Amino acid sequence: MAAKTLTIDGKQISAEEGATILQASEEASVKIPTLCHLDGVYDVGACRLCLVEVTGVPKLLPACTTKVAEGMDIKTDSERLRKYRRMILELLFAERNHVCAVCVSNGHCELQMLAYSNGMDHVRYEYTFPKWSLDTTHNLFGMDHNRCVLCTRCVRVCWHIEAAGTKNVAGRGGKSRIITDLNMPWGEADSCTSCGKCVQACPTGALFHKGSTVGEMERDRSKLEFIVTAREKQQWISAD
Amino acid sequence: MIFNDLIQIKEKELAARKKITLRCCMAAGCMPSDAKGVKEQLVKAVAEAGLQDEVEVRGVGCLKLCCEGPLVQADPQNLLYIKVTAENAPSIVAALKGGQANVAQTNLDAAFFKKQLSIVLANSGVVDPERIESYLAADGYQALHEVLHETTPKDVVVAMVKSGLRGRGGAGFPTGLKWGTVAKSPGAKKYVICNADEGDPGAFMDRSVLESDPHAVLEGMAIAAYAVGADQGFIYVRAEYPLAISRLQIAIKQAKQMGLLGAGIFESPFNFNIDLRIGAGAFVCGEETALMASVEGKRGTPRTRPPFPAESGLHGCPTLINNIETFANVPPIYRNGAEWFAGIGTEKSKGTKVFALAGKIKNTGLIEVPMGTPLRTIVEEMGGGAPDGGKIKAVQTGGPSGGCIPAQHLDTPVDYESLGKLGSIMGSGGMIVMDDSTNMVEIARFFMEFCMDESCGKCIPCRAGTVQMHHLLDKIANRKATARDLAKLEELCDMVKNTSLCGLGQTAPNPTLSTLRFFRNEYEALLQPDQFGPRGNGEAAKQPAAAKQ
Repeated sequence: MAAKTLTIDGKQISAEEGATILQASEEASVKIPTLCHLDGVYDVGACRLCLVEVTGVPKLLPACTTKVAEGMDIKTDSERLRKYRRMILELLFAERNHVCAVCVSNGHCELQMLAYSNGMDHVRYEYTFPKWSLDTTHNLFGMDHNRCVLCTRCVRVCWHIEAAGTKNVAGRGGKSRIITDLNMPWGEADSCTSCGKCVQACPTGALFHKGSTVGEMERDRSKLEFIVTAREKQQWISAD
Repeated sequence: MIFNDLIQIKEKELAARKKITLRCCMAAGCMPSDAKGVKEQLVKAVAEAGLQDEVEVRGVGCLKLCCEGPLVQADPQNLLYIKVTAENAPSIVAALKGGQANVAQTNLDAAFFKKQLSIVLANSGVVDPERIESYLAADGYQALHEVLHETTPKDVVVAMVKSGLRGRGGAGFPTGLKWGTVAKSPGAKKYVICNADEGDPGAFMDRSVLESDPHAVLEGMAIAAYAVGADQGFIYVRAEYPLAISRLQIAIKQAKQMGLLGAGIFESPFNFNIDLRIGAGAFVCGEETALMASVEGKRGTPRTRPPFPAESGLHGCPTLINNIETFANVPPIYRNGAEWFAGIGTEKSKGTKVFALAGKIKNTGLIEVPMGTPLRTIVEEMGGGAPDGGKIKAVQTGGPSGGCIPAQHLDTPVDYESLGKLGSIMGSGGMIVMDDSTNMVEIARFFMEFCMDESCGKCIPCRAGTVQMHHLLDKIANRKATARDLAKLEELCDMVKNTSLCGLGQTAPNPTLSTLRFFRNEYEALLQPDQFGPRGNGEAAKQPAAAKQ
């Protein structure tokens, strides 16, 4: 496989052909913010936080789905990108009811971390305070739609790692929501194997282990990569 | 089926033609006002008058002047009867033998008809869309025969490049370039898809083409399939168009029966089948990657490009995806030659464009004009200006992805570049005229609401951004917003435009941006004084809602 040389934030690096900008950026020790990306599952480019500027390309490109090319000159940080990222986060916080103080993931939440690291200290948009329900019909897990950011990580691990196909997206636009099977209570979804990968994958407190209280929800993300490696390479080794 | 069969059917059909033809519009515009009843009564009246051998009553597609339907055109008298009712039938038939029918007529020499140049709509209102023989009589499928037997796929692409045709779905991508890319993409299996998911509010030209001349689309797709090396085609048509679906089904069945679709077309090694896929009401499925996901049976959401469909489309195979009007342009191009087509229109936009003229205008209906025709000609001469003495204020093109062109720019020629410069787009052909009673903030709010409802929910800028933009427009329209809200709206427009995943989100701010550009005073007139006073550096005002959090 041919290697490509490119520049990320002024640093010259090499990357394997077929690698994404996001993968290449790790070698340059450049941290690009992501939300819908999860190591071990395919990318959808939905959260738009990883948008980067590429010289000669008029559009902003998502780092998670754009493949590297020879001589690419990438800028992952600029006044404009920072502004857009902050606005995207503000939009997310205004969209549903993200109340950190009472959330199981407080302190371990990717959305919260992103807000801190991107300097989103307040939300200028009107909160919509939608009325979303809580599904606690499952024996082990719960789903709180109020905290969902619709990153679809749970859907992707459910289909592509566990291959159960329980989780899906229903509805359109702001009314989109994660459903189980054909929009039935999670506890009644026959296809669910109770593997818990969706709970591991969730960036916020939307999916949680029942019985956990504020700030208790911690995740073992390496488990997902471990399972993918085991499945694809037949090797039961830890990613670290 | 060989070429002689084609000619025989054509001649038989022409020989069976009668001296007088009454063409009844049977498209969706006239159907709800009892076009079917009109046709039935005309057949009955002809029989009662004993004129069966002289008069043919033919159901045809759109006769274009939709606002005056049901329409009946008499040939060779060259009369267009308007607002015909079933009771008028005997009077119309009696007038065929001389005398005046007691039915309103319109002037076929009026600018609305005379300024039109029909390429895509040449058969509309002429052929019977439910009979393939009628299309064959208009030289149908002869271009396909010629292409299959006398041209290599490569030359078909070359001719398409030469014609200068650009995609009629709105973006105006060169069709020949797209065909060439798909043709060159490696892959044993390729697909051709016709995008018939017309969904812009006020647009009905694609529907009219399907209802009036479905075989032209099938023939165009077959030629395209031969050029790119595909053997399977899909037409993705929205479920809201039942008449178009039924006519397509009839057309595909007839074409298959005659061996014009299927295996070994015209005794050549070329195989091509077309199947219909019916949409489920999502506007976003007009976006090509969402459309293909929907054809695959998945949730219709767009995905990031590249890879482009030409490289990896339906089921991961190279896929050619074009709009209906693009395909309908194909048979005439090969029938008359690429040079002929390239001679029409402007330097960069060739051929004609079909528009669905609607809104505050006297003559609403379907028009086809050469590219480069000034908007003023379309709106004032053909459309007849605003009704009830109103003054035209703006013309909206491109639906929720387009913009409003103000009256002072009416001399703009209709082509891709000129409309783009004014912050609008050519779009698929919806043209909504607004008069001075129109509130532009309301227009912006309407289109934003449309985009908000139709956002698929995948990417955050479009899903949550349209909600906030709609909220701000609502606030402005309700006289509750300040200058700060307007600034916030503009900032959001810029962000959603530049960060959204697909065309829907990227263009959703266009109606707002274009009305802000040309009618900013209307926004500003609604603003309230800012009680907190201005603050610098984009620092936001303290909001009661934010304070609660």
